[in-house]
Amino acid sequence: MSKLQLSVPQIKEIHILQRTKEKLLGHNFLLFVTIVLFIVMYLAGLIVYKDKNFDNLQVFLNLLISNSGLIITAVGMTLVLIIGGIDISVGSVVAATCMMLAAMMERGNIGALPAILIVLLFGTVFGAVQGWLIAYLKLQPFIVTLAGMFFARGLTAVISLEMITITNETFKNIAQYKIYLPFGGYLNRKGVMVYPYIYPTVILALIVLILAFILLKYTKFGRTIYAVGGNEQSAMLMGLNVKRTKFIVYIINGFLTTLGGIAFCLNTMGAFVELAKGFEMEAIAATVIGGTPLTGGVGNVFGTLFGVLIKATIETFVSFQGNLSSWWSKIIIAALLAFFIMLQSLLVMRKNKKSRAKGLYV
Amino acid sequence: MKSLISVIKRVTKYQLFLPVICLFLVLIINLIQTPSFFHITMKNGVFYGYIIDILNRSSGLIIMAIGMTLVVASSGGADISVGAVSALSGAVCVAALGTDEVYKMPYFASILLALAVGLLCGIFNGFLVSFMKVQPMVATLILFTAGRGIAQLVTGSFILYVKPKNFEYLGSFIPGVPIPTPCFIAAFLAFFTWLVLKKTALGMYIQSVGINLKASRLVGLNSRMIIFFTYVFCAFCAAGAGLISVSRTASIDANNVGLNTELDAILAVAIGGNSLAGGKFSLAGSIIGAITIQALTTTLYAMHVSADQLPLYKAIVVVIIVALQSPVIIKLFRSIKSRLFQGGLVKEAVK
Repeated sequence: MSKLQLSVPQIKEIHILQRTKEKLLGHNFLLFVTIVLFIVMYLAGLIVYKDKNFDNLQVFLNLLISNSGLIITAVGMTLVLIIGGIDISVGSVVAATCMMLAAMMERGNIGALPAILIVLLFGTVFGAVQGWLIAYLKLQPFIVTLAGMFFARGLTAVISLEMITITNETFKNIAQYKIYLPFGGYLNRKGVMVYPYIYPTVILALIVLILAFILLKYTKFGRTIYAVGGNEQSAMLMGLNVKRTKFIVYIINGFLTTLGGIAFCLNTMGAFVELAKGFEMEAIAATVIGGTPLTGGVGNVFGTLFGVLIKATIETFVSFQGNLSSWWSKIIIAALLAFFIMLQSLLVMRKNKKSRAKGLYV
Repeated sequence: MKSLISVIKRVTKYQLFLPVICLFLVLIINLIQTPSFFHITMKNGVFYGYIIDILNRSSGLIIMAIGMTLVVASSGGADISVGAVSALSGAVCVAALGTDEVYKMPYFASILLALAVGLLCGIFNGFLVSFMKVQPMVATLILFTAGRGIAQLVTGSFILYVKPKNFEYLGSFIPGVPIPTPCFIAAFLAFFTWLVLKKTALGMYIQSVGINLKASRLVGLNSRMIIFFTYVFCAFCAAGAGLISVSRTASIDANNVGLNTELDAILAVAIGGNSLAGGKFSLAGSIIGAITIQALTTTLYAMHVSADQLPLYKAIVVVIIVALQSPVIIKLFRSIKSRLFQGGLVKEAVK
């Protein structure tokens, strides 16, 4: 017997190893890097900020609480990126959402629930207009959403140039309704058992996340999104309705952006013109860091959750440090985004090179 | 009659037709609102008047629009970091000069330093776009948000003032010269760029890369370097515009210098009759577009529209112009035109 002959379990083992390697070096590689990065950052935080209660479960939950709006918005962004588009209007739309809510409740004497419904309708229509321009008129998503970004910011200023603080009772009650977790309690300084809590927005964000996951993974429409994002021409030749899919994705994105805006508003309880500046980059960064490349066709929403968590951890570090300007967190996130974009494009180039070596032209 | 139609057809086909008409419309509206619109008077040895003011204020935008035109032409995307880059270079310049009665650093050295910072930003953008093949808007989005952050760090989140008087020369008037300095700078840059693009093959290369990147590469052009160059040049222009804007008020407010100018610059390019999908471009169109937008902005200010509210109207204009350039709409127009034309022919045949 020669040395080359292997037993069946050995072959199986090699096969599994190869597949794991392929999976890790493919697009899951990015997700893998993201999760490792988050764990490393969190562990570093545990060590560095031990005296500031970083190990408290509440600190982790605060990451979710203060970023529930971002999670919802970033889920919409994930869908848009998978289909090969982009939306840079989200920051302004969030600002417009908050301003509309505040103006309606404080100046228009409209109840909290009707106001929320009107705002959601506005977001859906806004998404539909952008989607129509992009899908049916075939305009570049960048230009359309850039115009959308300035439109929504201008709209915010048209509604009110001054800051409005929300004092509506119903809205306040929703914002401050604490949901205590049944576990993870600890004794505080007075010796009273305190349980960690979350706000309703966190649950909303998690529901959106799970629904989006199911939509992408187990529905026909979700698979169509991947197909269109992967290659529009092929998707069309397969008989998929490319235009309608794009249109619907932008509508969903508009809806989710305003939903995220409402969650954002529940955190800020007020609105002003410059609100949520740079939010679009945070959403794009969270999505891209979470392993959804800008080229479309690939991605998943749980990566996006980790992207948001990384961003939130950076912000917590900056605020724990105390003496640093809050601009630092923005700059660090921008640097991370740049790093991940480069990593992705290097991966794509490598893949193209490989296919070229195999004789496939890309 | 027929010759008139053909003349109209020829005129409307002319690339500068749209920008000139737009500018004309805005000027007419202004003239109706303020009859003294075209008056130019001499005060303290310098020219004063609406027209001079618009030309003066638009020169920063003209400079940015020149850079943006090349970026759009070569890559079919836009550089949305121009506003942030101008804020950053302005902040660096003021920080280098210091806020005392005398300069901390020589005047020209700090201006060169600020321009160098602009070049660095351009190199970053260009590297991402041309060598990393990232979509232009995402690549420039990074500096769009982080640039202002860095500018805030440079100024320590304060509004800094420069005291020596000669700092203002760049943004207002040099003593003894009746025309504002920014106009000279914009005119010089426009002429210089035009000369380089027309007298060397660079202009043609940029168009060729914008029309078909792969074909240009196969022909032997270094497509990447050309795109890289346009981004560096655009950021350089943005830095120059930032210096003018800082010098005009002799102060730096990192939050407000160059605010929303990225939209204005893209709008100027679009109104100038340039396709935002890349390819052929006209510098003159962009310059007229920039003046049009500044005139429009001044008009809207006169109508008591707040600076924060302006983007709303400008965004609508951008969408309309871009939608008119859309292949779908052009096709629709053509089919309507041909149907009308065919209808006419049939009628004539019946007669």
